[in-house]
Amino acid sequence: MKFTPLRRALVATASIAAAALALTGCSGFGGSGSNSGSKVTITFLTQNDSADRAQGKALIAAFEKKYPDISVKMDTQPAGTQGDNLMKTKLSTKTMDNVFHYNSGSLFQALNPKTSMVDISGESWVKDLDKNFKDVVSVGDKVYGAPLGTSSAGGILYNKKIYKQLGLSIPTTWDEFIANSKKIASADPSVTPILQSFGDTWTSQLLVLGDFANINKQDPDWADNYTYNKGDAKYVNQPAFEGFQHTAEITADGLVNKDYASMTNAQAMDALASGKAAQYPMLTSSMATVQQDNPDAVNDIGVFAIPSPNAQYTSLTLWEPNALYISSTTKDDKLDASKKFLAFANSPAGCAVQDKTGAVAGPYATSACKLPSSAPGFTQDVQKYIDDDAASPALEFKSPIKGPNLETILVAVGSGSTSAATGAKQYDQDVKAQAQQLGIKGW
Amino acid sequence: MTSAAVHIEGKPTAKTPQAPKKDRRRGIRSPYPSWFYIPAGALYLIFFAVPTFSSFYFALTRWTLFSQQFIGFGNFVQFFQTPALTQGFINTFIYGFVTSAAKVILGLALALLLTNPIFGRGYLRAVVFFPVLVSTVGVGLTFKALLDPFHGVVNQVLGFFHLPQPGWYTDPHLALLTVAGVDIWKGVGIATLIFMAGIVAIPSDYFEAARVDGAGSFKVFRSITLPLVRPAMATVIILSLIGGLRSFDLIWAMTNGGPGFSSDVIASVIYKQYQAGFFGLSTAGNVILFLVVTAIMVPVQWFLNRKEADL
Repeated sequence: MKFTPLRRALVATASIAAAALALTGCSGFGGSGSNSGSKVTITFLTQNDSADRAQGKALIAAFEKKYPDISVKMDTQPAGTQGDNLMKTKLSTKTMDNVFHYNSGSLFQALNPKTSMVDISGESWVKDLDKNFKDVVSVGDKVYGAPLGTSSAGGILYNKKIYKQLGLSIPTTWDEFIANSKKIASADPSVTPILQSFGDTWTSQLLVLGDFANINKQDPDWADNYTYNKGDAKYVNQPAFEGFQHTAEITADGLVNKDYASMTNAQAMDALASGKAAQYPMLTSSMATVQQDNPDAVNDIGVFAIPSPNAQYTSLTLWEPNALYISSTTKDDKLDASKKFLAFANSPAGCAVQDKTGAVAGPYATSACKLPSSAPGFTQDVQKYIDDDAASPALEFKSPIKGPNLETILVAVGSGSTSAATGAKQYDQDVKAQAQQLGIKGW
Repeated sequence: MTSAAVHIEGKPTAKTPQAPKKDRRRGIRSPYPSWFYIPAGALYLIFFAVPTFSSFYFALTRWTLFSQQFIGFGNFVQFFQTPALTQGFINTFIYGFVTSAAKVILGLALALLLTNPIFGRGYLRAVVFFPVLVSTVGVGLTFKALLDPFHGVVNQVLGFFHLPQPGWYTDPHLALLTVAGVDIWKGVGIATLIFMAGIVAIPSDYFEAARVDGAGSFKVFRSITLPLVRPAMATVIILSLIGGLRSFDLIWAMTNGGPGFSSDVIASVIYKQYQAGFFGLSTAGNVILFLVVTAIMVPVQWFLNRKEADL
């Protein structure tokens, strides 16, 4: 190809124009303090579901009332894997809001907090944080997140009325759980013993993820060995394999609802609350649906830990609350305002907002907030496990690695199209891919 | 600029005498000044050329958006170890060929019907074409509701007549075919339209001559319509096969590749890897998908065009 001088000049101009275009696309979002009088405006990013939106609005209203010279603008984005990618994109292109609401634990670690967030270890409210929570929003000894909302537990939600009617007691071993389920099935064939809701695929993971406290009790080093690829801490080996076995077993034994393949989480919570089903492996945070749709039935539902095959290991798995973070692009007076916003969320006034608007699913992660006396009954079940020292955070808070295909693999295992052993093998492969992507040593 | 132009700028040779040179140059020169191309060229460069070529590089890295590490062909090795990748490949081919074949057959049948003077032809043409205008995701969600195994209209009607009520998209053996069926419903309109244009373009003299020679309807179809709509058929096959092989939106809206991995196609496998943050790995998957689609489409196109030239 030969260029005439005119053409060469044009190509040069075009490439400069192109470069300029590319640059303008990335600049101008520095977010550094632009002083418009004494009033500071900060932005706050939360998820676009109705519960998070309502909580964000209420929190902002209360905050602006206390600090009239700060105004907070709320932005929303979808949750789930799509939201994960949006978070990463916004942080790496420096277009993130000043304050953002996101998961703690492994998802938080994947955001590269050291460069993308502001260290807030020096704030006064940090000393009130629960130790477990502090760990899951920290890198090294630096704290980056402030809790918003309560922790929740992953266990078996059960209908207390049905248990009372049939004279069943809380199972402490997996065999007792299966025996209870069979009794429920034979007592009234119209009542589903165990609900599964693969219409929302994430719900398929509970019997595996919610079993982690049992694994941890049996082998406290399991999470560490799993993270650094040491020993036989794999899902194909016991004790971790039992979660896959349980997922396959309840379907093979015909103990689940026959529309398990299409039922959604909300439909399942409704079936549980109305007594059409007796038990549901689920997170207590899903109780928000019952609080909204069947408020009268809230106290009919309790929770117990997913039973281990061995009673001495049975313990409850806890999920830490999500947190508020400040992006590292926030500077000067916006940074001050953002820090005030985080402190406010963990002050008595902020706790009052959380009590009112957030779905209470378990204890708070900071001693600054206390559960109200009106908290639903199942929160006392959760508290009891914590008081008895029979509870531990889920694996995603102890290890940065969680394979992205777990829910899909477990749907296949739970519908019987893949065996438990094959599913566990596939998941180990998935874990390896994630570990390599994260650049963890030992893989 | 083509090599011919370069050649002309050099010394004239015996093969390119002086006189035609100017003409050819004028022929190559476009009527627009060069700066006219800058906006389009810049956009093409930024949004197509740069991403395409950088994707070949990023396919060789472990990339987190924050940082990247060159790992050679590691991503390609890993991509081929993905669980259910084989299933994904098989599903892609099943989906591509089933939808393409059905669109050709149904499209031709509908086009024959709708080019004949039948009652309400204009209305029926609109009805057949209508699904093409609706958003694919909208169609997916609508059919998901209609085909719900327990609360969906279709199964309730089947239940009323005491017929079996299959789990359309919850039965692992059926899910892929269900989605393919919806894809056919949605895409057959465009195939019909292309076939109708092909049929209408056949001169009516041929039909009259055939009738005079005593050919029946079937003979007319086989010996006149079918050979002469071949260019239209080639277009339909190529469009629907490309569409089927890289289809994603409808599958994602209806099943997310599930239940399990039973309706995963390559595109949804790649999308899930992208969602999981495996940016290097999913880019490698896209490079592979690009090669596979090219490897299938180039021979198909060559074959169909050769047939066309034979006519």
